[in-house]
Amino acid sequence: MSKKNSQRTQKIAFSLLSLATLLIVIPVGLIVIIIIQKGIPAINWQFLSDVPRQGMRAGGIFPAIVGTVYLVLGAIVFALPIGLLAAIYLSEYSKDNYLTRIIKLAIVNLAGVPSVVYGLFGLALFVVFFKFGASILSGSLTLGIMILPIIITASREALESVPYSFREVSRSLGASKWQTIRHIVLPNAISGIITGTILGLGRATGETAPILFTVAAFYLPQLPASIFDQAMALPYHLYVISTQVPNVDEKVRYGTALVLLVLALFMNLVAIIIRYQFRKKKKW
Amino acid sequence: MIKFNIKNLNIWFGHIHALKDVTIDITANEILSVIGPSNSGKTSFLRMLNRLNELSENFKMGGEVKFAGRNINDMDAELVRKKIGMVFALPLPLPLSIFDNVAYGVKMYGLKNRKKQQEIVEKALKQAYLWDEVKDRLQTSAFKLSGGQQQRLCIARTLAVEPDVILFDEPCSGLDPISTAKVEEAMLKLKANYTIVLVTNNVKQAARVGGKTAFFLSGELIEVDKTDKMFTAPQDKRTDDYISGKFG
Repeated sequence: MSKKNSQRTQKIAFSLLSLATLLIVIPVGLIVIIIIQKGIPAINWQFLSDVPRQGMRAGGIFPAIVGTVYLVLGAIVFALPIGLLAAIYLSEYSKDNYLTRIIKLAIVNLAGVPSVVYGLFGLALFVVFFKFGASILSGSLTLGIMILPIIITASREALESVPYSFREVSRSLGASKWQTIRHIVLPNAISGIITGTILGLGRATGETAPILFTVAAFYLPQLPASIFDQAMALPYHLYVISTQVPNVDEKVRYGTALVLLVLALFMNLVAIIIRYQFRKKKKW
Repeated sequence: MIKFNIKNLNIWFGHIHALKDVTIDITANEILSVIGPSNSGKTSFLRMLNRLNELSENFKMGGEVKFAGRNINDMDAELVRKKIGMVFALPLPLPLSIFDNVAYGVKMYGLKNRKKQQEIVEKALKQAYLWDEVKDRLQTSAFKLSGGQQQRLCIARTLAVEPDVILFDEPCSGLDPISTAKVEEAMLKLKANYTIVLVTNNVKQAARVGGKTAFFLSGELIEVDKTDKMFTAPQDKRTDDYISGKFG
């Protein structure tokens, strides 16, 4: 009797769990399928390599692709070193007291701040106060600040997951604290750190609000010449041709979305390959 | 010759008074076995000798520990740990190859010459009776070795930095009798060149390796004497009870 009961419970639990998974997979799958289906007809060499023409109803989206790549790379160049150093400090050096705990909590919570708030902050600090103007520099820094909490939190978790005994053994052999971090802790945390970077990359690629006030140009047919220039960016361009410009062909909009999706996937893929290379070297 | 003079040593972890007024000398080229039940302070005592306790955040100490006549707190902590090596209770290889595990200490001390490193690694592995078992696979992960081999690797890793003293913290607690015998054999041979302090939960092991034995109970040093004497005619009744298995 009780055996039957437990089997039935198991079956119900199994159905519930697979149903939940299905509910996640189906919408994601549908989004991807619809975007590919409607976007593919727009994709050709001209679309990828030309500037927008006829009020963005024709031509290509090349300046927006370049702009997004610049912005994301800029954000990572800024956020990864600072985030990693901060994570090392917080997990290895800082004393566990009230202040550190508040700082850690604040950083975790920063990841949940709406992106438009980061946009306003970037406008006030970089565009106006530092007088960088609306530029790739301002946009990259704003995106960088937005993904800092993600990178710090993931890196901290990766560092703290390295067993304490490794540190103790290393110190007991006469290695200094920094040598221990450099040779034992970091190499074993690196894949977790890269995972955090991937999450940050993805977020920086897709966000519209932080670049809205800090860098994005409505229409800019030439490529940016320096980091002090404005640039077009894919998420903002998509917003513009979907809501601000009348009579844009549906396939142009879905084509832009598809390019954005592929670009984000491609950057993730690069990071995943780097992580795989590091994991292969891992000795445990 | 006296290696360590320890005088009125008191240590605390937060509010816990882990060692109470311990005064003891440790002689060079001898094995000192430290016995006592769990929580008697024997591991804290051992970790005092190479300043590992201070890695814990709420650690406080009083009294003094002198190593070769110098107060260890006046010495460079990294140098103290190089001179006084440690083998932990569980085999704890670093996540590196066998070679890099043994060479780790000397590399951290700036030895870059590959040939010298190879010599040191070979010598240390031979001293720990592991060379013949691993000489063909030095580049494989240390985690591929068996438990007993890993523990001998840890001994080799400690020997490679050429310490004066080796601290063993229950080195055989996770090993089978044959691996234990090999580790004990290694320890007895090492006695000629090193001072050894052995913390053990195994009273019989203390009797086997000889030298002196110290008995700790609740953070206090109850008694220390030649092992033969301790096991035949202990001064304190509590020592007698512990050795004969009445408690602990």
